Parts: sequence; structure tokens; C-alpha cells
Amino acid sequence: MDRRNFLASTTALSGLAVAGSFNKVFAQSTGPIKIGLLTPLTGVVASGGKEIAEGFNLYWNQVGKKAGGREVQVTIEDDGSNPDIALQKARKLTEQTKVDFLVGDLLANTGLAVAEYAKTNGIPYFIPVIAADDLTQRKRIPNVIRVAGYTASQMPRPLADYAFKKLGYRKVITISQDYTFGHEQCGGFAQTFTELGGTIVAQHWNPLNTQDFSPYLAQIQAAKPDAVFMMETGSDATRFMQQWVNFGLGGKIALIGAQNATDQSVIRTLGADAEGIISSAHFAEGFDSPATKKFVAEYEAAYKYFPSIYGFSHYSAALWLAQAIDTVKGNIEDRPKFLEAVRKTVLTSSPLGRPVKLDDYGSPIYDVFIRKVVKRPDGKYWNVPIETYPEVSQFWKYDPETYMKQPPYSRTFQGIKPA
Amino acid sequence: MLSHSKSFWSVAIVGALACVPLVFTGYETTLATLTIIYALLAMSIDILAGYAGRTPLCHGAIFGVATYVVMYYVTSAGGNPWVGMLLGLAIALLVATVFAVLAVRTSGVYFLLLTLALGMIIWGICQRWTSVTGGENGLRGNVRPDWLIDPSNFYYFVLAITVAATFVMWRFVNSPFGLSLKGIRESESRMKSLGYRSSLHLVLGFMFSGLMAGIAGVLYALFNSFVSPSSVALAQSVKGLLMAIIGGVGTLFGGIVGATLIIALENIMSSFTERWSMILGLLFVLTMIFAPTGLIGKARELNWFRKR
Amino acid sequence: MSFTVFQLLNGFTFAALLFLVASGFTLIFGLMRIVNLAHGAMYLMGGYVAYFTATQFDSFILGICAAALAIALLGMVEQYLLRFARGGELRQVLMTLGLALMMNDAALVFFGGDTFSVPVPAFLKGPLQFAGLTYPKYRLFVLLIGILIFVLLWLLMNRTRLGALIRAGVDDAETVEAMGVNIRKVFVITFMLGMALAGIAGALGGAFLSLYPSADSEILVFSLAVVIIGGRGSLAGAAIGSITVAMLSTFGQVWFPELSYFVIFGPMALLLAFRPTGLFGRAH
Repeated sequence: MDRRNFLASTTALSGLAVAGSFNKVFAQSTGPIKIGLLTPLTGVVASGGKEIAEGFNLYWNQVGKKAGGREVQVTIEDDGSNPDIALQKARKLTEQTKVDFLVGDLLANTGLAVAEYAKTNGIPYFIPVIAADDLTQRKRIPNVIRVAGYTASQMPRPLADYAFKKLGYRKVITISQDYTFGHEQCGGFAQTFTELGGTIVAQHWNPLNTQDFSPYLAQIQAAKPDAVFMMETGSDATRFMQQWVNFGLGGKIALIGAQNATDQSVIRTLGADAEGIISSAHFAEGFDSPATKKFVAEYEAAYKYFPSIYGFSHYSAALWLAQAIDTVKGNIEDRPKFLEAVRKTVLTSSPLGRPVKLDDYGSPIYDVFIRKVVKRPDGKYWNVPIETYPEVSQFWKYDPETYMKQPPYSRTFQGIKPA
Repeated sequence: MLSHSKSFWSVAIVGALACVPLVFTGYETTLATLTIIYALLAMSIDILAGYAGRTPLCHGAIFGVATYVVMYYVTSAGGNPWVGMLLGLAIALLVATVFAVLAVRTSGVYFLLLTLALGMIIWGICQRWTSVTGGENGLRGNVRPDWLIDPSNFYYFVLAITVAATFVMWRFVNSPFGLSLKGIRESESRMKSLGYRSSLHLVLGFMFSGLMAGIAGVLYALFNSFVSPSSVALAQSVKGLLMAIIGGVGTLFGGIVGATLIIALENIMSSFTERWSMILGLLFVLTMIFAPTGLIGKARELNWFRKR
Repeated sequence: MSFTVFQLLNGFTFAALLFLVASGFTLIFGLMRIVNLAHGAMYLMGGYVAYFTATQFDSFILGICAAALAIALLGMVEQYLLRFARGGELRQVLMTLGLALMMNDAALVFFGGDTFSVPVPAFLKGPLQFAGLTYPKYRLFVLLIGILIFVLLWLLMNRTRLGALIRAGVDDAETVEAMGVNIRKVFVITFMLGMALAGIAGALGGAFLSLYPSADSEILVFSLAVVIIGGRGSLAGAAIGSITVAMLSTFGQVWFPELSYFVIFGPMALLLAFRPTGLFGRAH
């Protein structure tokens, strides 16, 4: 009898304690705003992960770690380049550290895992780098917003247009890492390119962490296309471009790439093998605008190298969120209002030097640069814009509802228009 | 039967574990739940590594396969979680049987390498068979029945199942069959000359161990509501094995100690430093130097478990 | 036709690198029955040391030598620690994995997660044109080195006293010791040799496969496959194993891109199931 009473009363007490903690929901707080940043500090994409933290912190350090009249505390957790760990850390940040919202992650599968958690939990989750198309298309989640982010298929489409119209390519082979991010980028390219009248001669899909691209290079050499569109990230990108040159294909067949392949995180250690490659992105660190130059100089002063997409996106995301926090005067506990503010924010002072706003589906619209890797006088390499495509959204020129009727891009569906 | 001091310890520990949701927060209870699931995995590995003397590197794959089956059955095929769990167990047992039959003739390092290879095959399948396993992205969606959504309820559910499974494993390793496995570990040739069909015993032992790992995998599906190839990766098998070794192979309960230690450290350390991998590696090296029989083994040596 | 020749060359050149890594592993495994799961980490560290040295002193050769030396020394430390791991493969697994984790993380601290490539001298860059084929010079260089090292090792094993002792020790270390030979010294030399080979492999591999945080576990997995197929302690086995694994990997990528891992691990698993000690291995 005693034990049961003891258990009952303890349970009752604990229940009260839990109930009491819900009072916090809509009350304005003057304590610090807690942000949870998830990023891969270890694992295969550790270098990008480190830059995510750097970019994010740079902003907060510059403004003295405050926004909306409150102090801002950023807690960083390592997602280990692994979705199980990402999920664990998301839980930890939400339930133990009790952050007000989550930001970050790099690999698509970690982002998808955390997004699912955010869906059931309700905590806002902002994704500057996670580019999985469907998070703002067919499977969109209201509290998951691409702040300063992009969708995978968004960027290659202007490149396909440029490749067909300006560079005159008609036969292209795509080679890509074999996972969703690769499928979606290639799909974006292939659909646009074939709709213009071009042909995708072949598509190669290499497993992540392919050491040896020689089998693919042999096939490409034999097929003799006008150009090859490569979608590789990290060390795969480095190896591919090196092996491309070593196999004698450099200069013989044109190479155009997804933005990750010519990102600073790759080309700063790659050197000459990257020179001249054309890619498309919303950010080019060699862009001549005052805002970009200032940002690049500040970043270089702080971290001794040029910003990559990871550093840039998270800096801009921090800027965006700070603006939204200011708009609601620090009252982020009122979640619906805060999310509304985030959606309505128009970023005018980002390193892009151009205004950025979200479309109706939670994904930003950008002016996309066609950029080229050039060598600077000091011997370093960076991307310089050679052409701009204004106001490119995640849907390109398609009507959103019609576009979403077609299946998501995958290995089997690439949107290729039959000849 | 359980000796007096062992029953005392067992009841005390289970009692302490039962109080966890009352004392700790929801998040900490969730961590404790995860620890119990991993403890079950580690103990299942110990049955082979400690008692049968064969070190496997494939139990992570068996564990993960059970998780995948539950996730697939509930989220993609729209089935009932309980049926999914039974299916998960069945498939885990099937996989363990296939592995067992292939591996029965090897021992020592070759057993290790063969089970490693088999685990990698499973991983490869989970990564490439995108239409079923979701490939790199895995499968996600809530699979927990409503009454288990609350972390405390789920904790008690997992605890109850694990206590039951541990009891079964305890009886198994102390049964005549379990003793025959120990005999095979000591000297297979001697057992054969005594008339034991060592291959059959090893296969059955492997199957049982795989079934236990499958239970852990099935619970993990409910816990996580998510699965990806990292759940069947080599790292998962290694993690379970290391938990068993640090606790002490051949002690069964070493798995519980190892799981608690590693998950607690992981959680605490990662708040302070990014160098968690290095600390973990150092822990392994130091354990081998100072406590090679594991923590429980060391405690036994130091006579902490004096009989009353 | 030329496509097949091209792929065969790809296979052979990759095999050369695998041989360099796996030969060290199989010597240590064969003689000392130590399964060194830190071997991949040694490869990676060798690569980083070579990268650092070669960029600082602008010399590829110096990079390779530095790698060999550094990893041999690191190997001595590991060998000392391995004394605590006697008594079965279980302890070796824990000890060597622990060391691998530590080295991997240390590399992350010193070099960061960016991908690096060991710089090669200009005359090895770019392609060579011969017999209607265009093939990278550097890969042919690696093939040559692989063959050279194979010959040197073969001479060592079959024409020197040390080699005879190693081969005898692989068969039966106890008896060799009973015959009055200082088997400890043989162990130490063999271990250092194996480590030096891993370091050299890291330096050479680091130039065309590049260096990054998970390179160690990837090359380790390949090495394990080689040693399983080729059997422990056998030089010829390591060579045949390397060629087999490299060909499976290369042609598997072309014919069965879906099944990349299965193509290597399937045969490996089947082989072990039916011939537990590998193609060329001998029973304990």
C-alpha cells in the first residue's frame, strides 16, 4: 500500500511540474534567445560543417550577439554527418537545452530526419543549406523554412539555359553522386536542357565517396559529348576534377558543374585543375558588388580563407533571422507571429548585394549568377560572375501547381523530354 | 537458480531503473530508453563473443534490418506496428540464420572478417534498394502506438521487454546448451570428441543471439521513428561490440554497463568538446591497458562482488 | 576494345596501390597474428605527412620518405601498446580501433576536413599517349612502384635470412623461437616494415585518391578484402588478392553500378564461407 501511494504521489507531483512548464508558451520573455545550430563537425563533410558554424557565428559576433533587444545564445551540436546522430542532437537541443528554434545541417538525409522531428514537435527549423526539393514543394512543412537557402533543382536550370543558348552545347553527359541531392540537380538541368532541344546522351551515377572515376571517364571519352555536367561535392569533386585533367580530358571536352563542385571548400585546395569551369549559383565570392566584397574581406580576416556556400548561407541566414526577430521585437515565443515575420522578411543587406525574398512556398527567389573559376593575381582561385539570370525561383518558369504534379526527381525520373 | 547476491543485485538494479522517469526529465528518460535498447544489443553480441568465443561484426546489421522491416511495414505498407514488430523479429532471425550457416566453419579473425563482410552486404542493400529502403534518406514516420508516445510510458515498455529478454538470455547462457557453447569456446575439438555437434550448437547460438539483437532493433524503430543506412552500418556493429567489451565479455551484464558508460559519456562529452571520437578512442585504449576483462571483469577481480 | 584495355589499366593501377597497403597488413597479420584495424588510419596519416612535407619542401620524394619514416615510428608506438592486447582478436579489435579513432580525430584537428592531394612533380602530371590510348602518367607511375615493391619484397622474403625467418614465423612462430632465434626482433622489424609500406601507400594514394576524413576506413575495408581473398602472410596472395579486388571494383562499377559493395563483399563472404583461410592461406 505504501509503495503505491508513494508512486502515486510522486507521479502526481511530477505531473504538476510538467504542466507548470507550459506557462511559458505565449508569455514574452526577457531572457536570452536560444538558437540551436546543428552542423557536421565530424564525419565526411566536416569541412563544410565547420564553415557553417563559422559563417553563423561571424554574424552574431559582429552584432554583439543580440537581436530584438535580447541576448542571443547559440548552442552548436555536431550531427556527425549522420541522420541518426542529427536526430539525437535535435532532440537534445529541443528538449534538454530548450532552444527556441533549430538551424542548420548539411547533408540532405540529416535535414530530412530533423525536419520530420520538427514536423511532429512544432519547433521552427531553418535550413540554409539543406536543399531537398520536396521540403518546400510537395511535402512542405509549415515550420520548416529555407532561410537564405535554395532547392537543389533551382540552380542548374539557368546553367542549362546558358549552356544551350550561349555556349551552344547540344549533347551533354551528366555525372553525379547517386543520392537525392544529385538526382534533383541533374533533373533540374536535364529537364530544362531537353525542353530547349538539347540531348542528354548518358547519365552516370557514382556512389558517394567514389575513389576512382576512371571507369566513367573512359565511357565519357568514348561518347564524345559537347560538354559534361558534373554534380559532385567534397572530396568526390576534388578527385573528379583532378582525374579529369590527368586523363587528358581537360580542354578537350567542356566541363560545367553544379555549384558545389566549384565551391570554395573544394577549389581552394584544388588549384589549377578547377580553372575555367563554369557553374551557376546565387553566390559568387568574386562578385564585384560592395556588399560582397565587404563580406568576403571580413570573412577572410576572421578565418583566413574565402567563404564557401556553407559560410555564406549561414551568415545570411543569421542576418535574415535577426531581421525577423527585430520585426517581432524579440517576442519569438509567439511562434505563429515569428514564423510569419520570417516568411515576410525581405533581405536587402545580404552579401549578395541584391534583395532576396521567399516565394509562397517558403523558398527564396534569387538572381542566379553564371560564374567561372578564375585565378586571382595572388594565385588563389575564385568564382566570378559572367552572366546573371534575375529572379529565379524554385519553380523556374513553370507554374507551381502544374510543376508539383510531376513526380519528384529521382534516378528514374529526370524530367527528360523525349526528342 | 540465481544465487542470493545476484538476485539482490538484480532486483536493486531493476528497481533503480524503474524510478528513472520519476527522477529525471523527459529528455533524460529518452536517453535512458536508448541506453536500454543498446544494452540489449550489446548483450546479444556478448552471447556470441563472450560465451561462444566468436567475435561478430554483423549484429548492427541484424539490428538495423529489424528496424527497417518495422519502419517499412508501418510507413510504406501502412500496416499495424505490432505485426511489423513480429515481422521484424522474423526477418532478423532469418538473416541471423543465413549468416550463421555461412560463418559456422570459421573462427577467430576470419569469423570477424566474414561477419564484417556480411554486414556490409546488408548495408549495401539498404543503401541501394531505394524503392524499399529509401536509400540514403531512409524511412521516416511515426510508428509508435498512441499509448506509447509519452516518454515515460515508452520507457517502462522498453524496460519490461528488456528485463524479460535479459532473463531469457541469463537462463540461456546458464543452461546446458549455454554451457556447451562455453565448452566450444574453450576447445572445439574437445567438444567434438565428446560427441557434441559443435556446428549445430554454434548455429543455434548465433540464431538466438541474432533474435535478441532483432528485439533491440524492433524497439529502436519505435524509439526513433526513423531509420537510415547508418543503422545497419559497420559502425553500429562496432559500437555494440565495444559496449560489450568495455563492460566485459562473457559477463552478460557487461553489456548494460558498457552501454550506459558509452551513451552517458557521448552525451555529456559532446556538450563540452568536439573531440568526442578521440576521447572514445582513448577510452578503448586505456580499457585494454588497465581493465582488459572489461569493467565488470575488473570489478570481479577486485572482489567487489564478494558473496554474502 | 580500347575501352577494355583502359579499364584493365585502371584495375591494375588501383591494384598496385592496394597491394602496397595490403602487403603491410598481411605481413603483420601473417607473422604476428595481429589484425591491425588501425592500418587504414596509418595510411591516412602517411598521406597527410607526405602532403605536409611535400608542400613545405617542394619535394615529392621527400614526402614519400617522410611518410615511410613517420609511420614506421608511429608503428613502434602502436606495437608497444599492442602488448596489452594479447589474448585474442577481441582485444586487438578494441585496441586498434581505439587508436584508429584517435588518429583520425587528430588528423581532423591538424588538417581540418578539407580534401587534400599530395602534390606530384610536373613530369608526372597529365596523360601519356601510347598505342592509341591516353592514360594518366601518375597512375602508371604507381603501377611501376607497385611492381618494384613486389619484386623487392619477394627478394626479401625468398633471398634473405630475415625473409626466411619471417616465412618460418608465419608458419610456426613458437618453433622458430625454440630454435634460438630472437623472434621479438623479427616481429619489430616486420611491424615497422608493414607500417612503412602503409605510409608509402598513403603518400602515393594521397596524390590520386586524395586525403579526407573517411579515407582510412575505406582503404581498410579494401585491405581486409584483399587479405581475405589472398590469405594471410602470403605475398603472392596479397598480389592476387589486390588484383582481384581492384578488378572487381573497377569492372563492377561499370557493369553493376547498383551493386558496388556487393561485388566485392559478395565474393569475399562466399570465399570465406567455403574456404575459411582464404585462397592462399594456410590453416592455423
